[in-house]
Amino acid sequence: MSDPDKLPLLPPARRSFLEKAAPWLFIAPSLLLLLAIGLYPMIYTVYNSLQNFVMGMGPPVFNGGTNYITAITSQNFQNSVLRTLVLLVITLPVELVLGMMIALALDSQHSPFLRRLLQICLVIPIAITPAVIGLLTQLMFNEQLGVINYLLGRIGISPVDWLGSPTSAFATVVCVQIWEWTPFVALVLSAALSTVPPEVDEAALLETERWWPRFSAIRLPFMLPGITAALVFQTAFTMKAFDMIYAIQKGGPGSATEVAIIHIERLAFRGFDIGVASAQSILMLVLSIVLARTYIRLFYREVDG
Amino acid sequence: MSPQTADAIKRFLHAAGIVVVLVMILFPLYWMVAGSLKTQPELFAIPPHWTWAPTLDAYREAIADSGVLRALGNSLIVTLSAVALGLVVGVPAAYGIARYSFRGRREIWFWYVTNWMLVPVVVLIPFYLTAARLHMINNPLTLIAVYQIFIIPLVVWLMVDQFRSVPVALEEAAQLDGLNRFQIFLRISLPLVTPGLAVSAVLSGIFAWNDLLYAFILTPGDEVRTAPTIALSYLGGYTIPWPKVMATSTLVTAPVIIGGIAIHKYVARGLTMGAVK
Repeated sequence: MSDPDKLPLLPPARRSFLEKAAPWLFIAPSLLLLLAIGLYPMIYTVYNSLQNFVMGMGPPVFNGGTNYITAITSQNFQNSVLRTLVLLVITLPVELVLGMMIALALDSQHSPFLRRLLQICLVIPIAITPAVIGLLTQLMFNEQLGVINYLLGRIGISPVDWLGSPTSAFATVVCVQIWEWTPFVALVLSAALSTVPPEVDEAALLETERWWPRFSAIRLPFMLPGITAALVFQTAFTMKAFDMIYAIQKGGPGSATEVAIIHIERLAFRGFDIGVASAQSILMLVLSIVLARTYIRLFYREVDG
Repeated sequence: MSPQTADAIKRFLHAAGIVVVLVMILFPLYWMVAGSLKTQPELFAIPPHWTWAPTLDAYREAIADSGVLRALGNSLIVTLSAVALGLVVGVPAAYGIARYSFRGRREIWFWYVTNWMLVPVVVLIPFYLTAARLHMINNPLTLIAVYQIFIIPLVVWLMVDQFRSVPVALEEAAQLDGLNRFQIFLRISLPLVTPGLAVSAVLSGIFAWNDLLYAFILTPGDEVRTAPTIALSYLGGYTIPWPKVMATSTLVTAPVIIGGIAIHKYVARGLTMGAVK
């Protein structure tokens, strides 16, 4: 994270009241807005999570931490969190490895035109509407009429019922998630790779011709902040994934692709159980904060110091 | 193997690898646009027709369906208003953070970044309850407000970066000329960061335009629903008019793809709140 304390500052000017209030006048509008739409709702969610609150079933009643016990012991919630974590554990390493390969390919001296083209095209999966990605997935992964099975058939693989069975539906979500987010990881890693000073790289080349030691001992340490950023942000994006997965088949078949956010959305707006859904949201929030802090501890100690 | 051959192989593998990635990225896009120019039987022909007489029927159908145009219009209004609001409150904040040292600056900064990473349901449920009480469900203003959760952090981050690159000497000179801080901000610094304004507007606009979850819950009504929601609305029927779905999808995604390409250099830096260069 960029450190605001290292920014160049204006020297203190005439110490009028207006001067002293100036920073706060600049910041106040956004601060008030974010307090109203960011902090207040969060406090409201904490409050709701402590109430027995089912929409249409009378006024909310305080019930201690019961909702949290209901949430933690709910089989469906456990499964949806587990699914989210499995999605994370499978996609993250794949995205990192593929993203690193793409970043290294962009870093090479060969084929400048192709590299330029790739740099531009990498932004497409990030910018394209996730709901549309979901629709395209439905069309392309169709068992009988989809182009994916047709292409697989050409290389002798028999048709897969991608969307029909629970396991393959989850595998489809994994594939599409990797398609959607590998370019983001690649762009972040590519930016991180460009922070390796060329003279250090060249000095290492004099030391050894072999690629791996140069990569792991010289480039990787320089890239650690970038890798941490990719992990932290990609984890946040995966934890809050909803649009694309929902558009494929609303968490189905059954609950095969029902990730945590889809589960909570369903509980709150189809099951009307605001109390327990709020408790589950808070638990997800805590989980994502814990994951982000763990990465920063593991990979990027300086930040905490 | 001679060094020349080894080098030639390396070059070939490098180019081939890039081409494979390009095909993986672009093929779904091609399939969407191609599908929008086909008829239903053609779209599902096996083996697929790689050449065909393109037809605009699907687009005519989509545009004739008043829902699609209205949804695109709604998305445009919501996105432009949300971005405008985000810029109006976010840009001064970025200036304040970039140019002043004050207590709580660091905390405010980290809190803004946290909002960008927030799990959306934490905000969505209370927003829904509050909006319902205020009779603001199906009101575009509700969406415009809730999108500030991610627009303000994006704008503030990108603009702090921009204001940092304005030489302090320039502002000091203006100070000597008797301009106060607010005049300096408006007349000296702001004109110098217009490229940054455009980038943060486009980047935050992409996320506002693409949102499904908030729009799905807060503005579900026929009159007010947004583009990503309308794209999904066909799925209820018994037979899905796929060419029309693909035509709608193409119309929905065209602005964000063009916008994304226009600012592709800043995407990694913007989305990671400046954690990478």
